[in-house]
Amino acid sequence: MASLVGSRVERKEDKRFLTGKGRYTSDINIANQTYAIFIRSPHARAKIKKIDTSKALKSSGVVDILTGEHIAQDKIGGLIAGWAIRSEDGSEMKCPANPPLAKDSVNFVGDPVAVVFAETLDEARAAAELVKIDYKVLKAVSNLGEAMNSEAIHDGIDKNLCYDWLLGDRQKVKEAFEKADKIIKLDINNNRLIPNAMEPRACVIDYNTASEEITCYTTSQNPHLSRLIMSAFGGVAPENKLRVVAPDVGGGFGSKINLYNEEIVCSWASKKIERPIKWVAERTESFLTDTHGRDHITHAELAVTNDGKFLGFKNETIANLGAYARVFGTVTPTYLFGPCATGVYIMPAAYSNVKAVYTNTAPVDAYRGAGRPEATYTIERIVDKAAMELGMDPIEIRMKNFPTEFPFKQTLVHQIDSGDYVAGLNKAKEMADYDGFAARKKESESKGKLRGIGVTSYFEACGIAPSPVVMMLGCGVGLWESAEVRFNPTGQVTVYTGSHSHGQSHQTTFAQIAADELGVPIENIDVVHGDTDKGTFGMGTYGSRSLTVGGIAIVNACKKIVNKGKRIAAKMLEASPDEVDFKNGEFVVAKSNKKKTIGEVAFASYLPGVRDEVKSPLPEGDEPGLIESSFFDPANFSFPAGSHICEVEIDPETGRVKLDKYTAVDDFGTIVNPLIVEGQVHGGLAQGIGQALYENAEYDDSGQLITASYMDYTMPRADDLPDFNLGFTCTKATTNPLGVKGCGEAGTIAATPTVMNAVINALGGKEISLPATAEKVWKACKEMKKSNAKVA
Amino acid sequence: MKKIEIEVNGKKVSKEIQDHTTLSGLLRDILNLTGTHIGCDTSQCGACVVHVDGKSIKSCTALAADLDGSKVTTIEGLASNGKLHPMQEAFKKMHGLQCGFCTPGMVMSAVDLLKNKKNPSDQEIRDWLEGNICRCTGYHNIVAAVKEAASKM
Repeated sequence: MASLVGSRVERKEDKRFLTGKGRYTSDINIANQTYAIFIRSPHARAKIKKIDTSKALKSSGVVDILTGEHIAQDKIGGLIAGWAIRSEDGSEMKCPANPPLAKDSVNFVGDPVAVVFAETLDEARAAAELVKIDYKVLKAVSNLGEAMNSEAIHDGIDKNLCYDWLLGDRQKVKEAFEKADKIIKLDINNNRLIPNAMEPRACVIDYNTASEEITCYTTSQNPHLSRLIMSAFGGVAPENKLRVVAPDVGGGFGSKINLYNEEIVCSWASKKIERPIKWVAERTESFLTDTHGRDHITHAELAVTNDGKFLGFKNETIANLGAYARVFGTVTPTYLFGPCATGVYIMPAAYSNVKAVYTNTAPVDAYRGAGRPEATYTIERIVDKAAMELGMDPIEIRMKNFPTEFPFKQTLVHQIDSGDYVAGLNKAKEMADYDGFAARKKESESKGKLRGIGVTSYFEACGIAPSPVVMMLGCGVGLWESAEVRFNPTGQVTVYTGSHSHGQSHQTTFAQIAADELGVPIENIDVVHGDTDKGTFGMGTYGSRSLTVGGIAIVNACKKIVNKGKRIAAKMLEASPDEVDFKNGEFVVAKSNKKKTIGEVAFASYLPGVRDEVKSPLPEGDEPGLIESSFFDPANFSFPAGSHICEVEIDPETGRVKLDKYTAVDDFGTIVNPLIVEGQVHGGLAQGIGQALYENAEYDDSGQLITASYMDYTMPRADDLPDFNLGFTCTKATTNPLGVKGCGEAGTIAATPTVMNAVINALGGKEISLPATAEKVWKACKEMKKSNAKVA
Repeated sequence: MKKIEIEVNGKKVSKEIQDHTTLSGLLRDILNLTGTHIGCDTSQCGACVVHVDGKSIKSCTALAADLDGSKVTTIEGLASNGKLHPMQEAFKKMHGLQCGFCTPGMVMSAVDLLKNKKNPSDQEIRDWLEGNICRCTGYHNIVAAVKEAASKM
């Protein structure tokens, strides 16, 4: 049997999606269900003076209306930050309470205040209009740069500061800077984005009055974690009376990591009103209340020698947490960001200092890449600026500072097990025809256009993560993953994983792995995920961890199956287990033709006896059945890396940036399914390019989100993007048996700086903030023209 | 309330509906054809595209009451006799979908393109699909799938 790992296997999940048979949360209906409409704050910051539901309660079809008062009475807990971060001075971070329904104050537009349950959606909507809420409107803090000098929005949190965190050695950096020939300085933004999974968030809750069990169908990337938080912190129900199911989920990108207000409220309320509840977000609700991403202001400095060697790096960042700290809100701008700040380079000294602040905006949390795109954007932009100021080629300056020996101890935290950054950049250079750029630029200029080329080299730390390390850093849980592999008596296999697929293709990739390990045809393997009643506890999908953590748990469980199978086969074949080899699904006694298939062994393990004789194939001490589980805790993060190169052509008359060519060369170690990995890269690139050229979440001074629909928030569309030119290099990860590295976030991490470096290259080095919209680029082109005219 | 008679995926349907019921509402909530998805409320995302009398439309912005006597095809009606439509086959082969949420609309839209244009160029495909947002694929494999389907049809 040929190995499936490495093959372009078509996806097992596709048929149901392509025939309209996917089962997303909003497709689920339960007999006798009520419909929920959340009443949300229209103000960014206000005190709730009074809520009057009397008229609404009499409205047609209304079942109940609940408020923060009811939540408090029932002692239902709120949403939490998953990581505790300490400030440089040793003090603990400061987090405000975040009740599921606001009781006294609201802190962003969209903060839920009350909820209406009615017989129909129309009736719920109509009643919601009749709920009267008196607010005392306060001045909103919506500007990140001014947040620390504004009035505190949460009691007891001075300067709106959650923490002032440091990683690295200020003194060493100071000494390094004293030796520099030149100091490159850069002030940049990393604009706020809205993840925009195409499926809006939703939940459908079914409370069973007989068993007293709540079933919560929800759009989650990590149903087990949602259950844990809802039970342990929300106090909605004990875990054994709470089942969380995340069925088909239409994309997440980080926005569906968090347990949200609506899931807690509807789960609690379903028990209260003894009726099923359905809630589906409208797109504008998603814009307002899904966790957002990025939103940094950074001042960076790079100390260099005249010949382009890096000596030291400073990264001073203000990160926006939004109104509340959520699950990955506090770690995203610290441990997911700070360590990667020095990029893919030998950097003798460095520090990252991050001040995380609260504002009256939607909570900011992990969005595809989470911290690593912001870090990579900063270093890759300043490295390009250094090349420009030193008159060096952007590739030359990068090559000069790459490590060439692995494992490589990176400056701030990570011990990178493997990589070959030189090979990656060389390959990208060749694939992108870097040397032909000058000719293409000339041709563009002959048509009155500007052309720029941009380079990025990145590494990232993903596959999160070793539990002892993350818990030492403040994480509230371990980040292992679980798997259970069940052989049925008749030979098919069911793989249960605690990981979750919302587009990542687990049903295929994980089946490929199990097929190789067990020698069972992939058609006979099913992968089950997303239901706390099916399989063991799991930590879910984020941080490019599904394969590197969850996949390895499957490998390990399969190995246990094979080991037990060997013992059983040995007894059945009257040999010693040491003499039995397992290959292609068969247990074979060495130097003989005696063998049993794994299917025969599985069958025997469930039916351990024969007619007319007391005889079992099970060795003494082995129990019947062939089911094994594994909890895998990785020894280290995984460190994918690569180099991307793109070219843009700018029309100075309109400011429109045309992305002309995009080449990505990535090293993900062993690739299980190239078809799927390429898809992950394509999608990541689109999101990174989106940030560079189109997407921007914008709040006005009063804290109103003015980009709260697809009419205002520019999503990359088919005609905005080019075909992508992908290449791969491979250095296997040494920290897992498959040699795999995470691939889900790389495209997003690398694309934004690659495109921006190209735009700025085309503009002759003129700085421009994210995103490089046509308006900004047009203005920059006009200024260039003016200054060129002056020079002339 | 209005009574309408329409044909959905080859089956005659007669329903009493409210005046403001959209076609997507009729399909999803009344006929339980949940393959047609709702991804926005501004007629921008295209997850709800179906065919009405052979042409692709966004079903979230069509009133069912206006469609009396029409023939509607949804993603559920595209495969015939258990055999996938060449566009569905091509999306599978080229990995033109990931989470699957935009896919029904994307496929229905692409099928209509090929009715109008047998062998569209990359640019023509990208321009046609401009009204369908996908957040997962970066469109690369969707374009490849449409070309693959064109070569097979």
